[in-house]
Amino acid sequence: MSVRYALLALLSEGSKYGLQLRQEFEDRTGDAWPLNVGQVYTTLQRLERDGLVESDGSDGPQNVFSITPEGAEELTAWLRTPPDVVPPPRNELVIKVLVGTRVPGVDVPELLQLHRRRMVEAMQDYTHLKGEMSRDDVELGLVVDSELFRIEAIVRWLDAADARLKKLPPPNRGVTGPRRRRIRLGVR
Amino acid sequence: MLELRGVSKVYGAGPAEVHAMRGVDLSVRGGELVAVMGPSGSGKSTLLTIAGTLEEPTSGEVLIGDRDVAGMSRNDRARLRRRSIGYVFQDFNLIPGLSAVENVALPLELDGVRVKAARAAALEALARLDLAERAERFPDELSGGESQRVAIARAVVGERHLLLADEPTGALDSVNGEAVMRLLRSACRDGVAGVVVTHDAQLASWADRVVFLRDGRVVDQTATRPGPESLLAPGAKP
Repeated sequence: MSVRYALLALLSEGSKYGLQLRQEFEDRTGDAWPLNVGQVYTTLQRLERDGLVESDGSDGPQNVFSITPEGAEELTAWLRTPPDVVPPPRNELVIKVLVGTRVPGVDVPELLQLHRRRMVEAMQDYTHLKGEMSRDDVELGLVVDSELFRIEAIVRWLDAADARLKKLPPPNRGVTGPRRRRIRLGVR
Repeated sequence: MLELRGVSKVYGAGPAEVHAMRGVDLSVRGGELVAVMGPSGSGKSTLLTIAGTLEEPTSGEVLIGDRDVAGMSRNDRARLRRRSIGYVFQDFNLIPGLSAVENVALPLELDGVRVKAARAAALEALARLDLAERAERFPDELSGGESQRVAIARAVVGERHLLLADEPTGALDSVNGEAVMRLLRSACRDGVAGVVVTHDAQLASWADRVVFLRDGRVVDQTATRPGPESLLAPGAKP
């Protein structure tokens, strides 16, 4: 849950009010992840319960929060933990294409192109945003780049799928057959 | 500005016949940047050489600024290429023995512009691309990103109306590649019609419109995009 760690990171710079934390969180994520005040206070309460932050005990918005040594330790450990990339997440598009190869009457290259176009359109939106934004807006730039690379990976997979499926004889485009190896991927 | 009507191109004959383009229609207005995307062998590069009048189509029409290229004399066509069309290639194609400013001034000088005037126009084009300080450098003294910016300056110098680019960011890292695409886009915003051919979706996504080519045919194109303002709004799903 990254809101938890984002708040710890902001508190690692010094003590802050809840509203101030919300504002700084939104500034640093380039407004890509809007956060409501309730979420901030609920998360802070949990962090306090777990002994990772402490408050000065004032009421409501006057309450000032600080990180504890345990909180700082937990933050460092989280920063250095790689994201979970194995097992692969369930990929809806892969499933659609695999299913599509088995459905009679589905023109698979056309299906791949339809998805490719939608993905490129989404990339155009992000790239136009990048073109309009100030080059000094590093935070928003990082978020937009990450989205562009994520969607580009899908386009490249579609290109690879196109090339792979071209090699199959048309009547038996399905990925079945006696020699097919069973591959088990643990899907989350 | 650029219009291809039913353009086909066949190389070879008989059993060795290769259909590089099959009835391609494409229209690019001044001020518009269009990307042509497709895998290797889809006909992208052929489309660009035909649009640039470097090759003739087997059938179909090519119009540049409302003039049918087929009706032009060889000289008229050469003049059109020198004056109106700018090319950007993957490997920059700068002339090694000429400085940056001499490279940029060359197409103007070849077109009969006096040396002094051509040099002034070249310096201005270089300055627009933040390269004023590099004007006297030779290509081997420039980085890859700088070389490609010089090539863009050469492609837009003078009164060009059509800008054609073939994988223009091919050998560049993503930061320099992005800078090149920003420049091509801003050149188009100034009224030039631009065509970029590429297999790279990130590159293509700088365009106003993306046309998909497959086996020599246009199979699809992106819809006109709404503004990006709504993109990062709460709950927005691009």
